[in-house]
Amino acid sequence: MPFALETFSLTRRFGSLTAVDALSLSIESGETFGLLGPNGAGKTTTIKMLVTLLPPTGGGAVIAGCDLRRQPGDVRRAIGYVPQLLSADGTLTGRENLEIIGKLHDIPRCGLKARVDEALEFMGLADSAGKLVRDYSGGMIRRLEVAQSMLHRPQVLFLDEPTTGLDPVARRAVWELIRRLRRNYGTTILLTTHLMEEADRLCRRVAIMDRGRIAAIGKPAALKASLHKPGATLDDVFIRFTGGALDSGGNYRDTSRTRRVTSRLG
Amino acid sequence: MTPREPGASPVASVEGRHAGGVIRFIDKTFVMAELEIRKLRHDASELVTRAVQPALWLLVFGQVFTKIRAIPTGPFRYIDFMTPGILAQSVLFVAIFYGISIIWERDLGIVHKFLASPTPRAALVSGKALSAGVRSLSQGVVIYLLAVLLGVNINWDPLALLGVVLVILFGASIFSTFSLIIACLVKTRERFMGIGQVLTMPLFFASNAIYPIDLMPGWLQAISRVNPLTYEVDALRALMLSGGTSAFGIGVDLLVLFLVTAALIWLASALYPRVAY
Repeated sequence: MPFALETFSLTRRFGSLTAVDALSLSIESGETFGLLGPNGAGKTTTIKMLVTLLPPTGGGAVIAGCDLRRQPGDVRRAIGYVPQLLSADGTLTGRENLEIIGKLHDIPRCGLKARVDEALEFMGLADSAGKLVRDYSGGMIRRLEVAQSMLHRPQVLFLDEPTTGLDPVARRAVWELIRRLRRNYGTTILLTTHLMEEADRLCRRVAIMDRGRIAAIGKPAALKASLHKPGATLDDVFIRFTGGALDSGGNYRDTSRTRRVTSRLG
Repeated sequence: MTPREPGASPVASVEGRHAGGVIRFIDKTFVMAELEIRKLRHDASELVTRAVQPALWLLVFGQVFTKIRAIPTGPFRYIDFMTPGILAQSVLFVAIFYGISIIWERDLGIVHKFLASPTPRAALVSGKALSAGVRSLSQGVVIYLLAVLLGVNINWDPLALLGVVLVILFGASIFSTFSLIIACLVKTRERFMGIGQVLTMPLFFASNAIYPIDLMPGWLQAISRVNPLTYEVDALRALMLSGGTSAFGIGVDLLVLFLVTAALIWLASALYPRVAY
């Protein structure tokens, strides 16, 4: 099985803080992989490096066969990215959001309309295509964003906390969507989450990050079994490997950002 | 979306790769401007409120100073002299706060998505500049209407009008990109607004917008000669007014405006990706 994504001692420092510390992992083609960890563990920093937003301080990665450092342009063509923040433009309609991002991704103009129509249909947004996105619900915005990130049919899709701030119904809809993406397009998906239930249901394998390092990696069932405790959940695994992580609630900026996202998703 | 055949090379990685760099750059610049035009089509109220300030300058300040003949403006009435200056001013006001949209888009995550797309960085920046230009052109239309109302001696030659459009686009590009650079450096809305307020008036007053350079003390003349707004006004005065002349030569004006635009876009393209860190 070829790897869709491999990192080699990927490292990012901010001053004296090492946010991501020599991260090495391999994700198989078609796999859904979950990156778990408390706030400040380095999940978002890792994703930002992998989607070429943030240059690594050390190490490297190969994504869809392209070298992250030497071929950032090719990496950008091969990936899709849904940021943790809400990235759809509220002052445009859903269709316009898709058309603009399609043009930025070099989708040929002649096939663009058909592809946008298909994406709207797939995401269940066809009826709201002409409405301004600021009138969408949080779940609809997330679906639109996933549609945007999938329009150019990337090989690897990065979802940074795709369900943060969503209500349980919308969350389940996003889960179903992720499963369908994998089934229909064979997309390799790397997602981050705080929700152990989410990781347990969606991911073939998970890695638990703590302070920039991988504390544990494997299939959810195997990680649970490793605790040798009957009825162990992924929550127990998380607590065991992050030492409870009570001291790491994220900084002021993270917290205010999460709350802002949550309130916008209302 | 149709399922991808296993093993088939992904369409996206081939699409567009053969397009030349310059064509890609221009194409993506226009996509970014299209984004702005679509936004304006959904809500054009800003264009109306923006028109109030130049109207006040022309109708109140201009009328009074024309009557008292306080400022020697050669063969032109003062209102004729100041109209191109007020056009340049409203372009400046539209453009100088444009950078705040970057901070806004950073907070929303829109910047992140653009930067993770294969769009050249320089095209993202020049697209913003062109967007500011589009907004500024609507100001131009308003000011031409006011000028007709006030009996300003407008030069209606199509080539001159085209020249005015070009100068407006340059002016908007310069100050919006300058503003974007500041936004990339300060990164918060509050600090940005403070700096924007501090910069606008000096740029405006240290230029030939509402009085000739000759009237200024030596030190102010020196400043106004390195102020791009001066060259913008100089070119507009020559192109907009019937019988208008340029102090530096239109060729020099356009060359200065072009070089400053190119330098600022280059600098901003280097800084812009840092917004997403």
